[in-house]
Amino acid sequence: MRRFPVNLVLGAALAGSVTLVALLSFIWTPYDHAAIAVTNKFASPSFAHWLGTDQLGRDVVSQLMVAARNSMIVAFVSVVLGGGIGIVLGVYASARGGWVENLIMRVSDLSLAFPALLFAIMLAAVFGPSLQNTVIAIAFINIPIFARISRGAANQVWTREFMLAGQAAGMGRMTLTFDHVMPNIAAAIIVQATIEFAVALLAEAALSYLGLGAQPPAPSWGRMLSDAQTLLYLAPQLAIYPGLCIVISVLGFGLLGDSIRDLSDPRLRRER
Amino acid sequence: MTVLLQARNLRRTYPRPRTTLFQRPEPLVAVSGVSLALERGETLGIVGESGSGKSTLARMVMGFERPEAGQILFDGTDLNAVPARELQRLRTKFQMVFQDPYGSLDPRHSVGWSIAEPLRAARIDNRPARVAEALEQVGLNHGDAARFPHEFSGGQRQRIAIARAIALRPALIVADEAVSALDVSVQAQILNLLMDLQEDLGLAMLFISHDLAVVAAISDRLLVMKQGEVVETGATADVFASPAHAYTRSLLTAAQVAPATGSSPASNRKVPA
Repeated sequence: MRRFPVNLVLGAALAGSVTLVALLSFIWTPYDHAAIAVTNKFASPSFAHWLGTDQLGRDVVSQLMVAARNSMIVAFVSVVLGGGIGIVLGVYASARGGWVENLIMRVSDLSLAFPALLFAIMLAAVFGPSLQNTVIAIAFINIPIFARISRGAANQVWTREFMLAGQAAGMGRMTLTFDHVMPNIAAAIIVQATIEFAVALLAEAALSYLGLGAQPPAPSWGRMLSDAQTLLYLAPQLAIYPGLCIVISVLGFGLLGDSIRDLSDPRLRRER
Repeated sequence: MTVLLQARNLRRTYPRPRTTLFQRPEPLVAVSGVSLALERGETLGIVGESGSGKSTLARMVMGFERPEAGQILFDGTDLNAVPARELQRLRTKFQMVFQDPYGSLDPRHSVGWSIAEPLRAARIDNRPARVAEALEQVGLNHGDAARFPHEFSGGQRQRIAIARAIALRPALIVADEAVSALDVSVQAQILNLLMDLQEDLGLAMLFISHDLAVVAAISDRLLVMKQGEVVETGATADVFASPAHAYTRSLLTAAQVAPATGSSPASNRKVPA
């Protein structure tokens, strides 16, 4: 008897709606997200402004929509970039074995031990805060994570008999990596990428909150949150809306990744 | 007949994990002083209990592991002394059939893709035709090439694994416990298939099993291993008729088998399905 996959449906719904809103922002937002109207500041929700306006009279919905787009681009690019490098390192380490594997994995352990946020702050201090540096920082955090996951999964594949059969056939280790290892670890990597996407969204919000991410006028949930901080008594909704957006998107992608992993793991599936 | 494969004084050990800080433990001797010779078209059965070094021997013959001492000569060439490119070319002459028909085929690829793998490695053209030929040689349909491993039974998968092994038309097949994972009736079918192929293609076979009955059915000669060493070797019928070593006698008593009647050629011997 299979239980209804609550987490999967909820995760897909939340992640899907955030993605849709982000995509929609490319072609339509209620207002220009940066249009200032000081006469109409702190407006209450109305038909004209669904979630009201902020301290400069900017439409909150439009800002949230564009911020969703920015966050998702940062998360996507950094996971693809960091994941790509990490996967190459991981499967190469696994294919080569010996001291090459040890070296790659110890260096990756070392970078895992380094606090991610501290690294991002260091990067911002050296190169200045920007969206680009946020991407680099989050991508860098992802490299050892993906290296470790893909190396572990690849090592498992290397123990299978069809890898020996491939060697007996006369295939080299790199060809075997492309032919057999990559297709067999793809599922594990997609799951990890979904989870890391959620983590990257949170990291982007954290960096923007600290003022190290997207710079004005580009809106971001983290900075909207920090801008609203000083107005918490006057207009608490300005902090609640971006906060909710962060919760919804991180929860959505996190649940989605977790439940795909549960589905792809036969042991967990049987327990359902 | 000429000697195809020759092994001389092979030795292979594995390090054991340290238990104390200052003392390195004695390594585990997997294979020690093993020599064998295999002629073209002949089947040499290697039998012994688990841990007797049979599989390590197979892995060294296949080049997955290097012997620490000794030589492996294939067609007169020392496998561990030739350059990598030459080894790659020689590899097309010896192939392996594995124990687990579920593990030896990549579930992500069609069986045709898997059978074509050695052909791709050897850069042979006209692969679809060769794959279809191999499939038909093992009693499967050439249309099965597009299907995936999970669509086949264990016996059929082992046929596919054999098709992959013979696709390159090798001179030697190493079968490591090739029927151990199969039902008894399917075992007989696969053994008969191997014997038919051997006759048709003139294959030499190194047939490794812990099951004396299976080895007896297919082998011209026997090599009995215990704790990494050869304790007895000889023609299958002779070994069964008058086992020289106590270990062989105990194996025979345990298995309660008689060798197949008649000697070579293999076609005279059929295993009842």
